[in-house]
Amino acid sequence: MNPYVVRFVPFFLFFKPMCPLFYNSRLHNKFKKEIPGAKEGRTNMMNFIWLFLILSGCVLAAYQGKPEIVTQAALQASQGAVKYALELIGVMSFWLGIMKVAEEAGLIKILARLLKPFTKLLFPSIPSQHPAMGAILLNLSANILGLGNAATPFGLKAMEEMQKLNKGQEKASEAMCTFLVMNTSCITLIPTMVIGLRLSAGSQNPTEIVGTTLFATTVGMSVALIIDRIMRKKWGRG
Amino acid sequence: MIQAVQQVSRWAVPVLIFFILLFAALRGVKVYECFIKGAEEGFSLAVRIIPYLVAMMMAVSIFRQTGVLQLFTKYGENIFEALSIPPDIIPLALMRPFSGGGALGITAEIINTHGPDSFLGRLASTMQGSTDTTFFILTVYFGSVGIKKYRYSVAVGLLADLISFIAAIYICNLVFM
Repeated sequence: MNPYVVRFVPFFLFFKPMCPLFYNSRLHNKFKKEIPGAKEGRTNMMNFIWLFLILSGCVLAAYQGKPEIVTQAALQASQGAVKYALELIGVMSFWLGIMKVAEEAGLIKILARLLKPFTKLLFPSIPSQHPAMGAILLNLSANILGLGNAATPFGLKAMEEMQKLNKGQEKASEAMCTFLVMNTSCITLIPTMVIGLRLSAGSQNPTEIVGTTLFATTVGMSVALIIDRIMRKKWGRG
Repeated sequence: MIQAVQQVSRWAVPVLIFFILLFAALRGVKVYECFIKGAEEGFSLAVRIIPYLVAMMMAVSIFRQTGVLQLFTKYGENIFEALSIPPDIIPLALMRPFSGGGALGITAEIINTHGPDSFLGRLASTMQGSTDTTFFILTVYFGSVGIKKYRYSVAVGLLADLISFIAAIYICNLVFM
């Protein structure tokens, strides 16, 4: 079984009718029309990556002759995902409650006014008095301060508000893309988790990586924001 | 330094809660009713992201458990060494965008086998702290509001990760070598 699996799979992946899953070209439009559900336009990169993760895993499990790894991994992870979401309900409710109080008290407006020059530059499409701005600022502060479990509720709230500005489309708005790019590469002043890990491993100086981490994350985030700005213009409205 | 860090993370949340609630109460906000109104949304928001969480975590788990990463490291060893990247760090670099828990596990393993104060330990620590779990954030955040077209954000997010890793390798070579 082994050599056949290895040789056959690459052919299967690049077999013509599979291609519309990965990319669009005039050549493959012919096939696309035959597949119900396949749409015109750019194929989501997420589709490709998701498919790659699962298919490569399955192939390797077959190669090792241990198919049960896949079954177990899939089922356990699905259960784990629901467990995570259920645990998130508590954290989420708590932080959203606190956020509502801060909002009613006008604290978020004060924060938004203080950081207006900065936000105007990053999110030109969001009015500075809009609730989305408040949630964005809270999310970024939570990320920077390393309050990991507070960042997700604020971030999801920010997405909800931005989706209102996006008029409920299925396509991500520019502000959303910028926001997520900032989130995925976000500056953290103090990586508490890593410091804890180093401390428990008996490091002589657990915090010596704070400086290097700050450098790496700042470079990553700055470059990401620049690329985001370029892509915003290049990608157009399409 | 360690103590300062620990103090900040110990005090941040209670201080925040205290001052937000006090400030609101002084401004005449009905704090209790207001908190309830906000907290109500927590449930629906958390439930709405379940399908996206399941899809992502399931795929990552299959990928991780079957050992595709080890394959990358095994066959790419020569290439990475030629680029003066320690091959032991590659699984971490590949796992970081997909799974926060998985990456933390790899970091812990590197720190424990090579020692926290070795070059590899420091590099792994720097990498772990310098980016976030790109795919997790994208699927969950976009999923929660029903966005189907992610446009360029996946590409930019991954590119940011790559640049952070290169920056981490560069700065660690500079500082710790």
